[in-house]
Amino acid sequence: MIWAYLYNIVFYASCGVTVLATILMISRHNAVHALLYLIISSLSLAIIFYLLGAAFAAALEVIVYAGAVMILFVFVVMMLNQGQRSAAHEAAWLPARGWILPSVLAAILLSLLLIGMYSDQPLQPYGVHGVAVKDVGIALFGPYVLVVELSSFLLLSGLIGAFHIARKMPSHMSSNELEEVDHG
Amino acid sequence: MKQKTGLGQYIYIVWDYFYSNIVTLVKVASHTFTKADTVEYPEQMPYLAPRFRGRIVLTRDPTGEERCVACNLCASACPTDCISLQKTEDESGRWSAEYFRINFSRCVFCGMCEEACPTYAIQLTQDFELAEYERQNMVYEKQHLLIDGPGKHPDYNFYELSGKAVSGRAKGAGTQEAEPVNLKSLLP
Amino acid sequence: MSPVMYNLLNVVLILVCVVFGAALLTWLERRLLGIWQDRYGPNRVGPFGTLQIVADMIKLLMKQDWVPPFADRLIFIVAPAFAMFVVVAAFAVIPMAPGVGVVDLNIGLLFFLAMTSLGVYAVMFGAYASDNKYAMLGGLRAAAQMVSYEVFMGLSLMGVVMLAGTFNLRELVLAQADGWFIGPQIVGFFIFFMAGIAESHRTPFDLPEAEHELTAGFHTEYSGMKFAMFFIGEYVSVLMSAAMITVLFFGGWLGPAWFPPLGWFLLKTMALVLLMILIRGSLPRPRYDQLMSFGWKFMLPLALVNLLITGALILI
Repeated sequence: MIWAYLYNIVFYASCGVTVLATILMISRHNAVHALLYLIISSLSLAIIFYLLGAAFAAALEVIVYAGAVMILFVFVVMMLNQGQRSAAHEAAWLPARGWILPSVLAAILLSLLLIGMYSDQPLQPYGVHGVAVKDVGIALFGPYVLVVELSSFLLLSGLIGAFHIARKMPSHMSSNELEEVDHG
Repeated sequence: MKQKTGLGQYIYIVWDYFYSNIVTLVKVASHTFTKADTVEYPEQMPYLAPRFRGRIVLTRDPTGEERCVACNLCASACPTDCISLQKTEDESGRWSAEYFRINFSRCVFCGMCEEACPTYAIQLTQDFELAEYERQNMVYEKQHLLIDGPGKHPDYNFYELSGKAVSGRAKGAGTQEAEPVNLKSLLP
Repeated sequence: MSPVMYNLLNVVLILVCVVFGAALLTWLERRLLGIWQDRYGPNRVGPFGTLQIVADMIKLLMKQDWVPPFADRLIFIVAPAFAMFVVVAAFAVIPMAPGVGVVDLNIGLLFFLAMTSLGVYAVMFGAYASDNKYAMLGGLRAAAQMVSYEVFMGLSLMGVVMLAGTFNLRELVLAQADGWFIGPQIVGFFIFFMAGIAESHRTPFDLPEAEHELTAGFHTEYSGMKFAMFFIGEYVSVLMSAAMITVLFFGGWLGPAWFPPLGWFLLKTMALVLLMILIRGSLPRPRYDQLMSFGWKFMLPLALVNLLITGALILI
């Protein structure tokens, strides 16, 4: 019966989609098409997360990566609006011999992964227990609270930096505003 | 000068925006119970004023002859240049239009032609429903424009007061004409 | 009836009802806007003009399905379908009544947020693929607007999640048996309502498709059924926002027993849809920078303060 294998079918199908979409994402010349494949790759990655029991990670993968980070990428690409010209550039920049080294490196990684998967001791059993949102929260604010605080420092510094950049500098003021400053 | 905004003022501004939007919502919602201003046109004809200007017609004399003398004043008065005509003269001496063409897809019903017309020939009617499926059908020829009656001025007959010799009748012989003045005579 | 058949029936009925409900909403909105603007609205086709939907659909189907030669063909075709897919998929997690609902996800609320955050792509890719300056401006506006309004859309819901202690929407509704969350979370409701309107980019937050400035914004180049997908998708997302607010703040299907649970759910959803249409009919569109500063300088602090106070009250 096909239903018994449904889990495996979905799992391997989404794995295949992820790999294929990532390869296509690297090899596209049009930046927006590449981003489209990157989004598909992260969506199928979310499905894999969900099937492995990490529902919260799956939701965050979609909300944060696909829903927010990628949008900024698309935003920038649209702002630059390169079009056909840059696609031609990309094609010129990516000759066949440029693929050799990355391919070798990726093959090494793949062989490591295959050895890990098919050796006598599997790396990690999958699909056994689900991680609930509550578990994630307890983990974040229990054993990993220091990491959370450190990353919040990072975000705060980013925030301050953005504020500093966006702040109006006196040298950028118009003459009117400068006069106002002079007269107090 | 930019003013410093205190917290109290900030709260007041926020409240003010919030309140004004709520008021807008309530006022718009209260229109649920007001009557619609729409006139449901094809079933319910709107009131047309007596001097409403609509489709243009060409009228006739009380005697049934065409009033238009093809003087071209209407065409020159027309702001959209939608009137085009050509003068011709028959054997009796009456002037008339050889063709008279109005392109109603350009006409704006301004009534300038009616005011310019010296013979009350061209007149605007109450009809404004000029819908056609083909654009060419909006161009009206003389036979489409001519009506059988005299229109707004039933007793007016141009050739009876213009002093023009016509139909074998001498100058000044019309019913509303005086005898022509004899310029060579010294008599009072 | 076997469980599989029951589930299948659930899926098909909800899908059909949602799409037809959205189509009917186009008529309802035009009639209501008419009433509020002292007009009649569409009242010619069928009784009270209800068959106007059929007429519109025939018109859209007969229209030429035009893909501009300068457009990015693949993305141009995929974008409207994606717009429709995302909002309909978000409906899958909404529990309408006991036994009525497609799936019962433990991360239902997060799934909803994920789907709304993916909704931007339809707009952005539609705008990019059109290769049109108005579409591009609309797409840029949509991206910035929806990304920033998503932030406090999520934050405003955290108060509700804290009170109920779950992300499961069915349990969220049941947690409101003692009292709707609109009481303790009135601020959260206000923020989520605004964000919901902004997410479905309707007036007064319809800057991505502001007719006066950008002709039609991101769907300038779309016609025929592709345009209809964007159009109906907008109304499905209105229904979705209203249904979500009903579930989160107004106790979902809960209500006195003299009315069926599904009836209560539909009644509350309908009331919220009416409110959204009323807002569309009365409030003007802000300027773009006003929209942004309203979001980041007012709504975000408000959501954070709401979160803080709710957390403090729960701890006490």
